[in-house]
Amino acid sequence: MFEISVGPVTLQAYLVLASILFCIGVWGLINSRNAVRVLMSIELMLNAVNINLMAFSSYLDGNLIRGQVFTVFVITVAAAEAAVGLAILLSLYRNRVTIDMESFNLLRW
Amino acid sequence: MNIATTTEFICFISLSAIVIVGSLGVILLANIVYSAFLLGGVFMAVAGLYLLLNASFVAAAQVLVYVGAVNVLILFAIMLVNKKEELKPVKGLQIRRVLSAGVCAGLLALLFQVDLTTPWALPGPEAIGEEAIVRIGEHLFTDYLLPFELASVLLLMAMIGAIVLARRDVLVSDVVTGESVDQSLIEKTGAPFLIDKSSS
Repeated sequence: MFEISVGPVTLQAYLVLASILFCIGVWGLINSRNAVRVLMSIELMLNAVNINLMAFSSYLDGNLIRGQVFTVFVITVAAAEAAVGLAILLSLYRNRVTIDMESFNLLRW
Repeated sequence: MNIATTTEFICFISLSAIVIVGSLGVILLANIVYSAFLLGGVFMAVAGLYLLLNASFVAAAQVLVYVGAVNVLILFAIMLVNKKEELKPVKGLQIRRVLSAGVCAGLLALLFQVDLTTPWALPGPEAIGEEAIVRIGEHLFTDYLLPFELASVLLLMAMIGAIVLARRDVLVSDVVTGESVDQSLIEKTGAPFLIDKSSS
């Protein structure tokens, strides 16, 4: 399944790298107890998606590079998401004096 | 096998190693400040991968936006909420970790299967290389004009939303009538009012 030989870097290598990064991000998102680390995990997952888009754009769509345009949009949305997420985090911290994810259970059923 | 191919291969392997080890450090290190700086390293390595893929503009955008803005924002957030607190032990945390690791491993296996068995339409058209920035500009002002304009509205909304959510002070006088507002109603006098009392 994995034959590593020195040669031109293939599309699959980028896809495998992005998959690993995405799964690390998912694990961190589920298991982090620090709310800031949850935001960092989301950024990791967004970066994995961006690597995928860029690899497809370079290998399969080299003429029109629509993947690069998508990546620019994803970066924009990620910046907006980080700003709003950290503002929500600050207001949560002001109200509950903790950033432990396990203590944010106001809406728990 | 020429020297360019070998160089590309070595660059890819080292950048991938930085990305994977760095992201593992981001989620596993106990100190959140180390995590934040490692996250900056991961973003830089991803920008290097973009350079390997002939995308200098997106690599520059990645460095400017992620390393320059998002990472600094995260560092500011750590600075503002950094309080040494003893986390309450939660029942079944280890089991949950192992279970979620299993789920993530399954997801990884699924993604690997898709990555490696799908017959991608390779080789695609010839890459345009350094003309990419011109092509991105054409895209942004022709067929992707609507998302481009919506992105500006989104950024404005995010900016206003972040200010409204994170501001601490309140209005001194009512906006409509001009009377002074009853401060006792809206001022929180520093006492958090949502502290969880049920579990303690």
